[in-house]
Amino acid sequence: MHVEVRGLNKKFGEFQAVTDVHFTIEKGQLIGLLGPSGGGKTSILRMLAGLEQPDSGDILFHGQRVNDLPPQERGIGFVFQNYALFKHMTVAENIAFGLQVKKWPKAKIKARVDELVELTGLAGFEKRYPHQLSGGQRQRVAFARALAPEPQLLLLDEPFAAIDAKIRHELRSWLREMIDRLGITSIFVTHDQDEAIEVADEIMIINKGRLEQKGTPWEIYKDPKTPFVASFIGESTVIENIASLRGFEDVSAWPGTRALIRPEYIEVGFKEDFTQLLSATEKGRVSHVHFRGSEWLVEVEVGENKLVTYRSLEKDVLREGDEVLVLVHRAYLFNDNDSWVMENKLKAGPIAFEI
Amino acid sequence: MRRLWIGLTYIVFGLLLIVPVVRIAAGAWEEGWRGFAAGLTRPEALHALMMTGIIAVAVTLINTLFGVMLAVYLVRAKWLRPQLKRLLNSIVDLPFAVSPIIGGLMIVLLLGPETTLGALLGRMGVDIVYALPGMLIATLFVTFPLVIREVMPVLQEIGTQQEEAAHMLGAYPWTTFWRVTWPSIRWSVVYGVVLTVSRCLGEFGAVLVVSGNILFKTQTATTLVYQDVENFNLTEANSVALVLAAASIGLLLFMEWAKSRNSAGRHG
Repeated sequence: MHVEVRGLNKKFGEFQAVTDVHFTIEKGQLIGLLGPSGGGKTSILRMLAGLEQPDSGDILFHGQRVNDLPPQERGIGFVFQNYALFKHMTVAENIAFGLQVKKWPKAKIKARVDELVELTGLAGFEKRYPHQLSGGQRQRVAFARALAPEPQLLLLDEPFAAIDAKIRHELRSWLREMIDRLGITSIFVTHDQDEAIEVADEIMIINKGRLEQKGTPWEIYKDPKTPFVASFIGESTVIENIASLRGFEDVSAWPGTRALIRPEYIEVGFKEDFTQLLSATEKGRVSHVHFRGSEWLVEVEVGENKLVTYRSLEKDVLREGDEVLVLVHRAYLFNDNDSWVMENKLKAGPIAFEI
Repeated sequence: MRRLWIGLTYIVFGLLLIVPVVRIAAGAWEEGWRGFAAGLTRPEALHALMMTGIIAVAVTLINTLFGVMLAVYLVRAKWLRPQLKRLLNSIVDLPFAVSPIIGGLMIVLLLGPETTLGALLGRMGVDIVYALPGMLIATLFVTFPLVIREVMPVLQEIGTQQEEAAHMLGAYPWTTFWRVTWPSIRWSVVYGVVLTVSRCLGEFGAVLVVSGNILFKTQTATTLVYQDVENFNLTEANSVALVLAAASIGLLLFMEWAKSRNSAGRHG
């Protein structure tokens, strides 16, 4: 389903939950609404579903305004955060509910339930009650129930929040695969950036009720449009006085400009590690080293600035107090009016952007 | 020491609850089966038990219907402001806080034959006070919170998500209520009904004030017991009291059975 939202606003009492949100979603896409908790993501989802009325603005499905359509008539499947399964009904009864309500013939209901049970890998669990299922199974029942009446749009509210980390990973790829196979337009809410980056075709970053940026995960990572997006995606350190770093002296021309530097923008090492780029490096001292399971997280002090970077386990182990050379490849600069990415100007010629 | 406390607890429990019931039973059987039967089959006893029965059935029906509706509105309605909800919520408890006699008195003062409203209704041929309608109103007032207080916490606990899920699947409010909400609250409605019936059987103060305790007209089982005791008809009084006590105990046992069934159903 083609979805369009224009100038959406919603207040709860004095609290402005959603402010002037515009977006368009093409048919068949999987969209992640990403942002901190309490940022208005769920409110947007609930307004699309018709469970909440916008104070102003229009919601259009296939170019038709649906603001006044009740949730029952919008043709949307909704997967709730805690699944909201009907706890007095079995798995099969849960899945059949929407079809019974729509007065499908019995034989057709049975066929559709069997099909969905098969699709979601719940065969053998049809007669169980929700409290007899694991979290992952409940999630799949909720998914099957939402899909049963053949909705044109699927909304998922924090679909993996209540599932432990290991199964969450598995379920994510399962969901992605399932949605690809069905070709259904889907929107899911999450506060977990890994989840959004891994699963979504496009991400919408929502903060304090505003849509900060919409784009593919790669666009958002590479070219954040607002300081919030830059700091929210990936790990990063804010540097107040970026002009004091080598290669970024020009920034002093814009007073009040601060910089965001991601760990992967920084390289640390010794003289022999930087052959051509030696002139662009800076002396620093290792202040902390943390083991991260698959890499080291290294904190370095350069003058008065503290920088954070990763270091491969294959390289020499750094120790606290080591004198190292630091190369800052690029920084994301921002002030009150503007924001842009600046490359280290001492680096000889452009190099391929790699992480 | 611990045994002493346990023993003491049993003694207090026995003195307060068991002894009176045994005493009533013994009193009812003082003249054997014949005395018990005679006490119950007196015309005034039959009429009083009938009045109590009518009141119990009517009040339970009305309070169940409106109690469930009010509970749903108080918990779910979005159009009620939170302050108003809190106010209504505390008003629901008013009958618990006010003595039943005061409740009865309020009805007499509002609808008695000397009041404008009562006189107006009286001229239209409808008697409220010292007649069945007044007794119904008094009992409704006293038992009003019972169903609501049983149902509201359950509604709050189950939350709105299952209902919203039903809406998203195309179910309109009526279908949603019967297929999703009702199965979750029905046992609490049953508890509320049992408590309401027991209370209807046992209500005395409010009914006494409103009914005037008129023989063969507005006398209920409890006010008959009261009158019998006043007149030293102790066997008769005990007979009627035993029937009331047995009915209430039976209902409460039924409730316990329902509870155990319910929790068994929930886990198994």
